[in-house]
Amino acid sequence: MIPDYKLQYNWQDKNSLEHKPTRDGYGVGLEELGYQMPDVVALSADLTESTRTNLFADTFPDRFFQTGIAEQNMMGIAAGLAINGKIPFAASYSAFSPGRNWDQLRVSVCYSKANVKVVSTHAGLTVGPDGATHQALEDIAITRVLPNLTVVVPSDYHEARKATHQIARMDGPVYMRLGRSKTPIYTSDETYFELGKANVLYVGTDVTVVACGIMVYEALMAANELAGKGISVEVINCHTIKPIDAETIVQSAHKTGAVVTAEEHQINGGLGGAVAEVLAEHNPVPMKRVGVKDTFGESGTPDELLRKYGVTKNDIVNAITSLI
Amino acid sequence: MKHSQQELIQKAYDIRKDIIDMLLAAGSGHSAGPLGLADIFTALYFEVLNHDPKNPKWEQRDKVVVSNGHVCPVWYATLANAGYFPKEWLKTLRKIDSKLQGHPNRLDTPGVENSSGPLGQGFSQAIGMALADQLDGRTSQTYVFLGDGELDEGQCWEAIMFAVGKKMSHLTAIVDRNNIQIDGHTEDVMPLENLAEKFEAFNWNVQEIDGHNIDAIVDALNQAKSVWGKPSVIIANTIPGMGVDFMEWKPEWHGKPPNKEEAAEARQDLKNELERLRTLKGNILYE
Repeated sequence: MIPDYKLQYNWQDKNSLEHKPTRDGYGVGLEELGYQMPDVVALSADLTESTRTNLFADTFPDRFFQTGIAEQNMMGIAAGLAINGKIPFAASYSAFSPGRNWDQLRVSVCYSKANVKVVSTHAGLTVGPDGATHQALEDIAITRVLPNLTVVVPSDYHEARKATHQIARMDGPVYMRLGRSKTPIYTSDETYFELGKANVLYVGTDVTVVACGIMVYEALMAANELAGKGISVEVINCHTIKPIDAETIVQSAHKTGAVVTAEEHQINGGLGGAVAEVLAEHNPVPMKRVGVKDTFGESGTPDELLRKYGVTKNDIVNAITSLI
Repeated sequence: MKHSQQELIQKAYDIRKDIIDMLLAAGSGHSAGPLGLADIFTALYFEVLNHDPKNPKWEQRDKVVVSNGHVCPVWYATLANAGYFPKEWLKTLRKIDSKLQGHPNRLDTPGVENSSGPLGQGFSQAIGMALADQLDGRTSQTYVFLGDGELDEGQCWEAIMFAVGKKMSHLTAIVDRNNIQIDGHTEDVMPLENLAEKFEAFNWNVQEIDGHNIDAIVDALNQAKSVWGKPSVIIANTIPGMGVDFMEWKPEWHGKPPNKEEAAEARQDLKNELERLRTLKGNILYE
C-alpha cells in the first residue's frame, strides 16, 4: 500500500522518470533563497560549479565568498559570518568537508552553535571514476556524533531543494549530504517533506526498510518487486539522520518485527548504526544492514560500483529474503 | 587618550593580580601567556575599543576574537575589570558549572565573541565576523589575538591569504610574540622567523612593537585602524610571565598555575613592579 505522498505517478517505471543529481536541487534551492532571505550567503572552496553554488554566486556575487582550496578556513569563516548574523551555506565535496575540516565543524560551528549550513556534494560511491579518495563513505558517521548538529540526506532532486529551504529557516548548524550523479526523481513538488520527520513511503507488514539518500528509491523498487511475491515491505525514508525519528522507526519495527537499513555509506556508524542504536534500546528486532562493508571504493561507473559493493535494490531484496 | 598612562598601568596591574588569583583558585591553567598579554588587553579594552560592556551584543561594537584560547585568563580578567560581568566570577575559572571555561566558550561568557581552543580557528572566525560587518555596512573593527606558536597551524596561512585577497582593512591581527610554546622555544620547535617579513610578503600592513609599552600599543592599534586596503598585523614582542620575576621567560610556566606560596610571591612582585613604574615618568618608563 502506498500512502498519499504525491510521488510521481510513474515512480515504478525507473526509465520513464526524469533523472537529476541531488546537488542540482541544492543549487536551485540556494538561488531561490538568495531572493527570499537577504542574510543567506554562500561559500565555496574552489568547487563552485560542481557544488552548484554557481547559480547563487552569479546572481548574488556580493554575498558569495571564494576561499580557494582551503576547507578549514572556509568552515571558520562560515562560523564567523553566522555568529555575526548571516546564514552561510558552505559547500564542498564530502571527502574534504567535513572530511578535512571536522575539527573546525566541531568547535567553530557545533560547539559555538553557529548557524552554518554545511553542504557536501559528491558523497558516496556514485562519485564514480574519481575513485576511493573522493568517495566519502564515512561522513554520516563523523557528523551524527556531533552535538547541536542536524544531519540531512535528501533522496532526490525535489527533496534536496525542499531540504535546502527548510535548513535555511531553522536556527542551528546542519550537515546536508548530496550526490554527484543523476538519480531518478521519484518525488514531486508536492511530496510532503519535514525535517526530522521520517516518511513512511510504502506501508507493509512483514519487514521494514529504513533508507536514506539514493537508496530510498531502490528500497521502494525492492518493496514493489517483493509485493508481487507476497512479501509486504514497509519503506521509511529516513532523510533526517539526526535527530533521528525514533518514534516512526520503532513503531514500524514493532509492527513488522524485522528491519533492513540501506545507505550509500559504510554500514558502521551511518544510518545502519543509528537505526541499530534506536532499536537496541527500544525494540530489538532481527536486522540487516545494506551498505559498504568496511572497505574503500575504487574507480568505476556509479552502477558498476554500487553492484560491486552491494548497494543496490537487489541487495535490499536479498537482505529482506534472508531475514524473514 | 581616554585614560592617563598611570591609570592604564594601574589597570594592567589589576588584571595581572586577578590572573594570579584566578589561577591559584583554579589549580590549573596557563600562567605565562596571560601575564604577557595584560598590557595589550589593557590598551585595547580601556583605550581603543569601541564597545559597551553593559550591552555586549551592541551591533556597532568592535569585536575581539581570541584565537589562542588558552590565554583566556587575561581575557576574563580584562572583561571583568571592564564591567562585562562581576569579578566574583573569576574565582570560578575552570570549575564545574562555571561561566568561565578552561578554554573560552562564546555561549557562556559575556564579551567572549568566539569559542576557541584548537589553534587557528579563531583567525578564520574573525574574518567571517568582519565580512558580515562589511556586508551590513558597519565600520566596526575586528581584532584577533594569535599566539606565535599558533602560526604553526596551516589554517592561519589560509586565513592570511584570504584576508589580503579580500582587502580586509577592518581586520587587525595581534601576534603574541613571546617565543615559547609547549615543547620549548618557537625557533627550536618550528622556526617562524623572519615573521615580519613573512607577513609583508603576504602583503599585510606590518608593525612590530614592544608589547609592554602601553603608549606604543595604543599607537600601533590606531595606526592599524587608519590603513586602508589591506589587513594589519601587530607583532607584539612580549615577555611570557611579565611582571612576576620567577615566571618571566620560563617555558615551564606556560601551562601551570602558581601554588599558594608562589601566588603570594607573585603578588609581591607585581606590587613592586607597579611601584617601580609609578616612580618613572613619561617615556623613561619604558627605557
